[in-house]
Amino acid sequence: MSQLFSAKNLKLLTNPLNMENPITVQVLGICSALAVTVKMKPAFVMALSVTIVAAFSNLIISTLRKGIPARIRIIVQLVVVATLVIIVDQLLRAFVYDVSKQLSVFVGLIITNCILMGRLEAFAMANKPWESFIDGIGNGMGYGWILIGVSFVRELLGSGTVWGYPIMEKLGVYTIGYVNNGVMIMPPMALILVGVIIWIQRSRSKKLIESK
Amino acid sequence: MNKSNTYIFIYSTVMVVLVAALLALAATVLKPFQQKNLEIAKKLEILHAVDKGWDAGSADNKNKYVESEYDKYIAKTFVLNPAGDTIADRDAFEVDATSEMKKDSTVRVYPVFLCTKDDGSKNFIFPVRGKGLWGPIWGYVAIGDDMNTITGVFFDHQGETPGLGAEINTRWFQKQFLNKKIFDEAGAYISVKVLKNNEAKIPDHSVDAISGGTITSKGLEATIFDSMKNYLPFINKHKQ
Repeated sequence: MSQLFSAKNLKLLTNPLNMENPITVQVLGICSALAVTVKMKPAFVMALSVTIVAAFSNLIISTLRKGIPARIRIIVQLVVVATLVIIVDQLLRAFVYDVSKQLSVFVGLIITNCILMGRLEAFAMANKPWESFIDGIGNGMGYGWILIGVSFVRELLGSGTVWGYPIMEKLGVYTIGYVNNGVMIMPPMALILVGVIIWIQRSRSKKLIESK
Repeated sequence: MNKSNTYIFIYSTVMVVLVAALLALAATVLKPFQQKNLEIAKKLEILHAVDKGWDAGSADNKNKYVESEYDKYIAKTFVLNPAGDTIADRDAFEVDATSEMKKDSTVRVYPVFLCTKDDGSKNFIFPVRGKGLWGPIWGYVAIGDDMNTITGVFFDHQGETPGLGAEINTRWFQKQFLNKKIFDEAGAYISVKVLKNNEAKIPDHSVDAISGGTITSKGLEATIFDSMKNYLPFINKHKQ
């Protein structure tokens, strides 16, 4: 057990949260970060679904990695990801219909998330199954916390709610003239917020700043 | 690693067959559950149009609750031909309004649900179907005994933008439709317009659009107008 969670493996889990974050450092998966971050609930389920699919596709590809013909490896990776996503979608529809309705098309869009293909190509094809599984979870969470952070700000300032709870109304700020910021729910605002996160992150860790 | 062409062919064939079998199995096994969910969701949408069934989320057994509420309130259903006459012995619940809309207007049938509320008032519930910005939008419009006043609406969508067009499925938006009228005083068919702030309001016939959701709002307006138009023969017959 201690070997399963060695320092090296824990790094696989924690690195994507900060120094190797898929969104802020590798700049992958930006498209869905814009699309699903207006409200927190869909952002959370999206983050969870991506984490599950990333972990299991990494696991499967890593297990098969020695048998996959190099010339068709991208197709094989795509088939594995697509199959997993369809199964997740079908399960959601059968057992948690309400959640699946909330996510609607976004579940299908996981297939095109660059983080998945990126990790399969860069990590799972060259590493053992357990490490790949952890790497998938780590990257899913690294993607997830940015999504949840951005959606928190956008929902709070754009709709005046947090997780659907009307916090601004309960605080009574509308009565003193406060209004929701409509720009927050527009897609460009997600890009600006991601930019702010990148700015904060780089000003704290100078290592990330490229030399000219 | 490089493998022979034969290996690649066998590998991809086996992979495709395995994946196809797996997906077919998953689809077949899960289908009854998914269909039950759809049926319950449809019943719930019909109930929401007459402001019922809001406790479904907190009910111990959601399916059972929805079915008993549906049986309690939806007393009668009609299936109409394009002339607005009832076709005997058909359950409107079995009719899929979306696929009917795709047929030629001369061979369509239209489902109508009749709800008797606790106070004995009668409400006719009409399915409406159309499209928003990204995909289909649908809903139910309930009209009171006078065949003019809207007593409730329910709308939903497949993929409108959260926070913008997606707001059409919220109660604050839908409550605006209460007590609006579909005919003006002269009896002409107006339906309900979804208007932006800078457009002149029409009393009894307009509601506020959603900021940032203009195309969805306009799509909804067209959805209601076009769908309700199909029911005019039936509505006019019942008015008399």
